[in-house]
Amino acid sequence: MASASIRPSAASEPGEDIVLSARDVAKSFGSVHALKTVNFDVYRGQVTTLFGENGAGKSTLMKILSGVIQPTSGEILLEGEPVRFASTTDAQRLGISIIHQELSLAPNLSVRDNIFMGRELKGPMGIDYAEEARQTRALMEELDEPIDPLTPVEDLRLGQQQIVEIARALSVNSRILIMDEPTSALSATEVEVLFRVIRDLKSRGVSIVYISHHLEEALLITDHAVVLRDGVMTAYARRADIDLEWIVRNMVGENFDLGSPPTGHAMGEVALSLENVSVADTAVPERSVVDRLSLDVRAGEIVCIYGLMGAGRTELLECVAGRVPLSGGRVVLEGEDVSHLSIAERIAKGLVLVPEDRQRDGLVQTMTVGENLSLASIKAFTRWLLTSGNRERSVVDESIANVHIKTDGARAEIGSLSGGNQQKVVIGKMLATHPRVVVLDEPSRGIDIGAKAEVFKLLAEGASKQGLAVIFSTSEVGECLSIAHRIVVMSRGRIAAEFGADASKEQIMAASGEAVVA
Amino acid sequence: MSKHSQAAERQRGGFDLGRLLLEGRAFFALIAIIIIFSALSPVYFSTNNFLTMSSHVAIFGLLSIGMLLVILTGGIDLSVGSTLGLAGVVAGFLMQGVTFDMFGVTLYPPVWVVVILTCALGAFVGAINGVLIAYFKVPAFVATLGLLYVARGVALLMTDGLTYNNLGGSPELGNTGFDWLGFNRLFGVPVGVLILAAVAVVTILALARTPFGRWVYSTGGNARAAELSGVPVKRVQVSVYVLSGICAAIAGLVLSSQLTSAGPTAGTTYELTAIAGVVIGGAALTGGRGNVRGTLLGAFVIGFLSDGLVIIGVSSYWQTVFTGAVIVLAVLLNSIQYSGRKKRATQSSEPESPEPKAPASPTSPSSSADASRTTPGAESSAGKPATQH
Repeated sequence: MASASIRPSAASEPGEDIVLSARDVAKSFGSVHALKTVNFDVYRGQVTTLFGENGAGKSTLMKILSGVIQPTSGEILLEGEPVRFASTTDAQRLGISIIHQELSLAPNLSVRDNIFMGRELKGPMGIDYAEEARQTRALMEELDEPIDPLTPVEDLRLGQQQIVEIARALSVNSRILIMDEPTSALSATEVEVLFRVIRDLKSRGVSIVYISHHLEEALLITDHAVVLRDGVMTAYARRADIDLEWIVRNMVGENFDLGSPPTGHAMGEVALSLENVSVADTAVPERSVVDRLSLDVRAGEIVCIYGLMGAGRTELLECVAGRVPLSGGRVVLEGEDVSHLSIAERIAKGLVLVPEDRQRDGLVQTMTVGENLSLASIKAFTRWLLTSGNRERSVVDESIANVHIKTDGARAEIGSLSGGNQQKVVIGKMLATHPRVVVLDEPSRGIDIGAKAEVFKLLAEGASKQGLAVIFSTSEVGECLSIAHRIVVMSRGRIAAEFGADASKEQIMAASGEAVVA
Repeated sequence: MSKHSQAAERQRGGFDLGRLLLEGRAFFALIAIIIIFSALSPVYFSTNNFLTMSSHVAIFGLLSIGMLLVILTGGIDLSVGSTLGLAGVVAGFLMQGVTFDMFGVTLYPPVWVVVILTCALGAFVGAINGVLIAYFKVPAFVATLGLLYVARGVALLMTDGLTYNNLGGSPELGNTGFDWLGFNRLFGVPVGVLILAAVAVVTILALARTPFGRWVYSTGGNARAAELSGVPVKRVQVSVYVLSGICAAIAGLVLSSQLTSAGPTAGTTYELTAIAGVVIGGAALTGGRGNVRGTLLGAFVIGFLSDGLVIIGVSSYWQTVFTGAVIVLAVLLNSIQYSGRKKRATQSSEPESPEPKAPASPTSPSSSADASRTTPGAESSAGKPATQH
């Protein structure tokens, strides 16, 4: 891509100096290139926001800047001097701290103990708790969040916990603060508090790198915008020069052809029907993460569910598969209420889920490719009590051929496959059960664009040739406009909007709340 | 094994020797033990001694096989030693005759009924373990630790701390034959060893060739993924504890038959020996890896080692030290074996995947396929570090 060489026009304005920069930084994992020679600058006392879809390389870049991982090539300059971070501790000593999306506080410990975790202040009698508490109180007051230093972190609201995390970063004299999706779990007022803190930090000369999926929200706070796509930096601009449309255009880019909705086959009856489905929040049972949602999917139809993190997509799909219990409503499969069946019974009836996190929920890492592929359909090659090696082999070989898995053979280790092929194993495993309805939670997560296209092609073929009803979820708007006949946008546990295949990206994003000011 | 992979195996000839030693470590350890003790003592290397030692091994072997099933699912069963003791006591109690005061009669159940009732008792103890663990989410360590105390306490209560000595039965009552289990030989082999062999064969078959076996491995490898694939994870968990309890009960029968007495303290700390056997046999305590062959080797290593030390007259205190050292060494080698795999596997993991949420201990199952699995031919894929995309 030609845009690979875009370089921020550094220091074009007086008084704007670069405190940290990445020069030609690249990172590969095996043969997967997560980051391809990226140049990235962080300006002193300002907010630089990284935009990009999932898998664009944002997290990889942040991990490199904060010392979590080391780049394959390229260098990092801090105040113009090349530096190498062997670890996060290294980076922290040089004043770079990262606040992860999932907070890294110990919930059972107090605010004070969290802030001084691992570098406790020593006094003559062991830890100098009084001094620690005094410093904590001072920090929290500076951040305008006067929390008692002895409060256990688990008693704090999420927004407050985030502030504690920021306080911890400041307490080690961080000059550069990297925030990965800091607002994704915050309420609107908590976001305001956070933004006030960020402005305050700026005025004290702290530089901030900000990552968010809430585009307009990020535009409120940022001074610079950098867009990454497929491991390449595609655009840079100052806040004053850009608008939302610019970001979306650069984020999504030219469409890689992920296919189009299959046509020419007749849609069948309603295969899956969700009737007022509700799912309770595991943490707060009186809250619903899925709220009285109804949806019909017909045989041969492909429905895409789009929504931001926390919109309730995963909960909805897991509840359809039987992993999570319903708190209200019914799941009806081909006219039969399956709401109270177990996962195994639903699979037997033809309703299968391909989970979002294939490492955690999809694959058994101690088993071979073949054993993983046949795990859900063992009964198909069992006679009496014993499994038949030959019949299993034919099931497995058929799966490998059907979903085009590139492997040394059925006995290869599952860990030897690339992410895309691992994903195909999870899909192939569920397709081997000969389902009627396939539910896929973010089937494209963490796989490269070519593998994405293959996965979507598989699903399109399944719908058109076998009359499968397909529901897949995604958080990448480009994927909505691929094979789906219908796009359902979820927000706060409900269907916010429904579109046909001719919707525009802007429409979809607007409906999800992504482009709405918090 | 395909021609391709055979060629790949051959290419790495030099590396293979180290790998072979590592993966066959229990086997080589056993050979080494036999050679060393045969050199140190003239009586060690004889068929008769081997058979005697094997009948000792039978007890640990039976416990270890049950323990293997539990460990393969990622659990642990600390109650097997106590279950063994309780089973022996119950068998002894039944052999004395059961008196029903209400009817003024005393029933003397025949031996086969005693065996069945005792096994049912083992299954019952296991079922309590399994239900507590699978359905009430009590950590396996705690649940089975509780049963360890309870079963031992019940055994002591039943006998008032005394030992049943008269297990022979009498011909008039039609309940003779209990000593057959421990004393007699079939085709020159002690019956206890034959029972171990039978249990081992059935378990090998069950693990390699039945859906249940696949379920056990997948539950231990990744219970969440197994559940989403339709594996009845909870039922599998209950089943392995039930089977472990039955194995312990059988071991209790064989032991009390060997000793012709049933004491309430029999089998104390045997659960630890059983775990040691499984670990020496190469199974991962995190679940999903291990096999019967290795576990049997592990049981033989421990049994032949401690009997050998007795034969050459080493004090029992030193025996304990040696056994402990062997166990630590075995676990050390396990982590070397599995961490080597992990490194290779992570090379091919994709960048944008979330941080692994599975436990990331050195023996974590989240690496790659096992080398020493009972699945036929799994060995062929074991040594392939190739990462292709």
